[in-house]
Amino acid sequence: MTVAKRVIPCLDVNKGRVVKGVNFLNIKDAGDPVEISRRYDEQGADEITMLDITASNETREITYKTLESIAGQVFIPLTVGGGIRNIEDIKRLLRSGADKVSINTAAIENPDFIKEASDKFGSQCIVVAVDAKSKDNTCSSWEVVTYGGRQRTGIDVIEWVSKVKEFGAGEILLTSMDRDGTKEGFDNKLTKAVSSSVPLPVIASGGAGNLQHLVDGIKEGGAEAVLAASIFHYFEYTIQEAKQTLRESGLEIRI
Amino acid sequence: MTKIAVIDYGMGNLHSVSKALDEVSDKEKILVTSDPELIKSSDKIVLPGVGAIKGCLQAFSGELRNEVVEQIKNKPTLAICVGMQMLLENSEENGGVKCLNVLDGKVVKIPASEDIKIPHMGWNKVKFLSDHFLWNNIPDCSFFYFVHSYCCLSSSDAISETNHGNSFISSLGKENIFSVQFHPEKSQDLGLQLYKNFLDWRI
Repeated sequence: MTVAKRVIPCLDVNKGRVVKGVNFLNIKDAGDPVEISRRYDEQGADEITMLDITASNETREITYKTLESIAGQVFIPLTVGGGIRNIEDIKRLLRSGADKVSINTAAIENPDFIKEASDKFGSQCIVVAVDAKSKDNTCSSWEVVTYGGRQRTGIDVIEWVSKVKEFGAGEILLTSMDRDGTKEGFDNKLTKAVSSSVPLPVIASGGAGNLQHLVDGIKEGGAEAVLAASIFHYFEYTIQEAKQTLRESGLEIRI
Repeated sequence: MTKIAVIDYGMGNLHSVSKALDEVSDKEKILVTSDPELIKSSDKIVLPGVGAIKGCLQAFSGELRNEVVEQIKNKPTLAICVGMQMLLENSEENGGVKCLNVLDGKVVKIPASEDIKIPHMGWNKVKFLSDHFLWNNIPDCSFFYFVHSYCCLSSSDAISETNHGNSFISSLGKENIFSVQFHPEKSQDLGLQLYKNFLDWRI
């Protein structure tokens, strides 16, 4: 008996609306974040992640309001990411009802920020989001990328996750930018390489297109949790169906 | 009107604790406060806590700490996560710190083992070791949400246990005190049920 594997629906939010696009292109409206969060909560989501994809100063206020409203109605953990730059941003998000924050670009530009944040708020609330892209065609080494995969950083993913662990991150949100939006399944080799190199929980993200993909992300990738957006938003599958499938595959799942 | 004081010492996500209590309260007044006078006049105490224990203990100090320690001698008290850990004897975290020594047990790093991740993050089963009013309408071995890297491995005040590689104590208490390592405010319906039970608890 141990901790259950988690299913985490992700809401990409733009100006207070849930949207979905492939690599930030062809953005489609998918509904109201509060309403969708309640639906996922009722269906048994283990957590909810909300990513503010624009995260400009003007939309930030909308994010705080949306978050407050979700946190007042949904009693499961909430992670918020997108454009988090400093301690003040984190404080404000936690006060608005977030339990965890997901830091991406700011961590790469200034790794000390992870340390500062985890010292102040505790590792348990600092998730480092790592967007990874295959370095070559061998699919055995990956590079950290930023700006939706458009900018390469030259940083090796495995070296980077070891470093963020040392700096006090509590969890890794690992997105394959090669797979994101493709519905071909998670990059399980990538997930495995990361989950076997750090003792932190790893959330697999990017590419889930069906329920077997979720099973594979955990069994082949060694992920502690799987994150998906579009398969849940458009009623292809409910969270319940996803968890049922995972449980039938023999995994420990909270139902 | 019954007053519930949620102790605000500047650490942690008090918002979610008070929201959860609001959700289940009927006629109780939920006060998020650091005011010793208000704490003194409250009927029940909730002691939350997240983050590193040293920071929590430093922030939870002075007159506020003295008043809370006095009040939890007899008022129904619910301590959560690091709030729970602060009530034990001591903790290995942050190079070792002395705690309040109200409940039996020590806080240690979760023992590493090959098949587990640390922090222990996510939903895990809470196995009852003894009956308690706060378990009303909660089935044995239900899932609650945990997030922590330190834990209590044994205590004469243990009320439930949970397994993450090894067994650890997931709730403990005595007399008027009930404390949990998990987060009821993040544990959906059963977590809300636990808060409801706390509000209904009479000693």
